[in-house]
Amino acid sequence: MKHWIAFWNILLKDLRAYYLKPPNISWGLIFPLAWTGMFFIRSGSGLESTLSILPGVMAVSILFGTTSMLSVTVTFEKRNRSFDRLLLSPIPLWLLMLAKTSGAILFGILNAFVPVVMAALLTDLSAVNWSLVVPAVILISLASTFLGLFIAVSVSEVFEAQTFSNFFRFPMIFLCGLFMPVASLPVYLQPLSYLLPLTYGVDILHGAIRGQNHLAYPLSFGLIFLFCISLFLLSLRNIYRKWIL
Amino acid sequence: MTAITDSNQPVTPKAPIILVEGLAKSFGKVTALNGISFQVQPGELFGFLGPNGAGKTTAINILTGLARADAGTIRIDGQDCTRNPKAAQHLIGIVPDESNLYAELTGFDNLCFCAALYGMPKAERVDRAHELLKFFGLTEAGRRKFGGYSKGMKRKLTIAAGLIHRPRILFLDEPTTGIDVASARQIRQLIQDLHGSGTTIFLTTHYIEEAERLCDRIAFIVDGQIVLEDSVPHLLQPLQNKHVLLLYVLGADQQLASQMAEAFPGGQVEVAAKDQLRLEAETPIPLAPLVNFLAGRGREVTEARRPSHTLEDVFVRVTGLQVDMLKKEKEKSTGGGQ
Ligand SMILES: Nc1ncnc2c1ncn2[C@@H]1O[C@H](COP(=O)(O)OP(=O)(O)OP(=O)(O)O)[C@@H](O)[C@H]1O
Ligand SMILES: [Mg+2]
Repeated sequence: MKHWIAFWNILLKDLRAYYLKPPNISWGLIFPLAWTGMFFIRSGSGLESTLSILPGVMAVSILFGTTSMLSVTVTFEKRNRSFDRLLLSPIPLWLLMLAKTSGAILFGILNAFVPVVMAALLTDLSAVNWSLVVPAVILISLASTFLGLFIAVSVSEVFEAQTFSNFFRFPMIFLCGLFMPVASLPVYLQPLSYLLPLTYGVDILHGAIRGQNHLAYPLSFGLIFLFCISLFLLSLRNIYRKWIL
Repeated sequence: MTAITDSNQPVTPKAPIILVEGLAKSFGKVTALNGISFQVQPGELFGFLGPNGAGKTTAINILTGLARADAGTIRIDGQDCTRNPKAAQHLIGIVPDESNLYAELTGFDNLCFCAALYGMPKAERVDRAHELLKFFGLTEAGRRKFGGYSKGMKRKLTIAAGLIHRPRILFLDEPTTGIDVASARQIRQLIQDLHGSGTTIFLTTHYIEEAERLCDRIAFIVDGQIVLEDSVPHLLQPLQNKHVLLLYVLGADQQLASQMAEAFPGGQVEVAAKDQLRLEAETPIPLAPLVNFLAGRGREVTEARRPSHTLEDVFVRVTGLQVDMLKKEKEKSTGGGQ
C-alpha cells in the first residue's frame, strides 16, 4: 500500500510538472498533424491512402512522444540531483522506474490516438480491428518508453540523451516498416529491422488497420513483449552500474 | 520538539544502530574512504569532522544507498545494508549538502511529495507539511516555488524534507555551511532539540566548534581515514592537565625564552609568534613571578592570556594538520561556526 502511494504520487507529480504543460499538449497535437500532412503531400495521393499511412504516423507519434520525455523526467532529474531523492526513498527500484515511466507510456498511448481521431474525420475506420490496435499501441508505447529509458540512464547529460535518442529514432522510421515495407529495404538492412521492437508493433498495426501484416500476431506480440522486458531490465542494470557509483 | 520527531519510537538498547566495518571506496585513483570502521549508538549525535575531500559525503552516500562500497560491511538497526541499502531506507532521513528538491514545485508540494515517497496517506502528508513549514517559519514561503528560495530557506526546507517521515536516524551533510549566522544558529538549535527527542544523528561538518558544541562523539576523518574517534570529554581529557599561558612581550626572542625556561624549571617556554611567549606546564602557572622576572630585565608584559583548550588543539595534535585547513573554508562561507 505504502509503495503504491509513492508510485501514484511520483506519476502524478510528473504528469503535473511535465506532461500537462501546454507546450507538451500542443506537441502531442502538432507532431502527428505534421507527419500526416507531410505524407499526403509526399505521396501525392488523396484520402484513400489515409489507412496506409495511419500505422506509421501512429508509431512515429508514440516513438517521439515517449523517448523525448525520458530525457527530462529521468536524465534531467538525475543531473539536478532530485532523482537522488527517489533513489533514497524506500521504494524498490523497479517500481520506482515504472512510476517514472508510466507518464511517458500514457503520453505515448494518447499521442497514438491523435492521428486516429484525425483519420476518423477523413475516412471510414469501421474495418479496423480495435482489439488488436489497442494492445499493439500499448506495447509499442511500452517498448518506446523503455528504449527511451535505456538511453536516458546510459548517459549523464540531457543533451547526450537527446542526441543519442535521435541516433535510434530517425533510422527506426525507415527501418521498422513505418511507411515502406521492410521487404522493400535493401537485403543487408533487413536483419537490422528485425532487431528493432518497433518493426513488430508496426506490423501488427498494418494488419489490424488494413489487413497487411507479414508476421503472425502471436509472434509479433511475443517478441515486442520480450523487447519491453529486456529493455526495462537493462535499464535497471544501467542505473545500478552507472548511477549508484 | 515532540512535534518534530516521534520520541516514542522503540530503540534497541545497547546494540549500535549504525555499525560500519572496513568501509572502503575509490573513484579511479582517488581513495575516498580507506577502510573506515565506526559505530553509532541509538540516540547518539555522532559527528564526522574533516577537511574538504576527506570522504564525509562519500561515507553518507554509501550509508544511505546512493553509492556502493568497494569493501566493508554496513548494518543499520541490525539489518545488513551492505548489499541491500533499501533495507533501512524507511528508517533514515537525509539532508544532503546540496538541496535536491524540485525547483518547479512549491515548498508545500515538495514536502507533500517527499512524504508520499514514504507512503504517508494524504491527510497526514498535508498536516505534516504544514507543521514543518510552520516550525521553520516558511508558512508564507510554502506557497512559492522552491526555485525562488534564498539559500537559507532552501536549506531549511531541505531539512524539513529530511524530517518529513519522522526518521529514527538523520543524516546531515554540512547543514550550516554557506548560510548566515542566525540561520546557522537556528539549525544548530534544531539539531540539539532533535537529539534531545531521541533521534540518532549523523552529522558531518568542517567546523570544529560546531562539532565540539553539538556532538556526543566525534570521528576526525582525514584523507579517507578516521584518525581519532571518541567522546568529546575523552578527546579533551589529555589536555585537561595542561596549563598554557601566553605572554605578550615587546621584542621577545629565543634568548629571553631560554632565560625564562632556566629560571622557571618544570615548564616549556617558546616564542609562539612575534612578541609572544608561550608557556606550557603540568601545573598551574602563576603570573606575578613571571611579570617580575621580565620587569627585572626591563621588559614589559603588555598582555597575558590563558587560552582554554578546545577540540582545535586536539585536532592539530592528532592530525598534524593546521586548523587553517578547516578555517579557510569557514572564512569563505558567510555562515561560520558561531
Ligand atoms: N563521484 C566521484 N567521482 C570521482 N571522485 C569523487 C567522487 N565523489 C567523491 N570523489 C572524491 O572522493 C574524495 C572524497 O570526497 P567527498 O565528497 O566524500 O569529501 P567531503 O569530505 O564530503 O568534502 P567536502 O567537505 O568538500 O564536502 C575527494 O577526493 C573527491 O574528489
Ligand atoms: Mg561533502
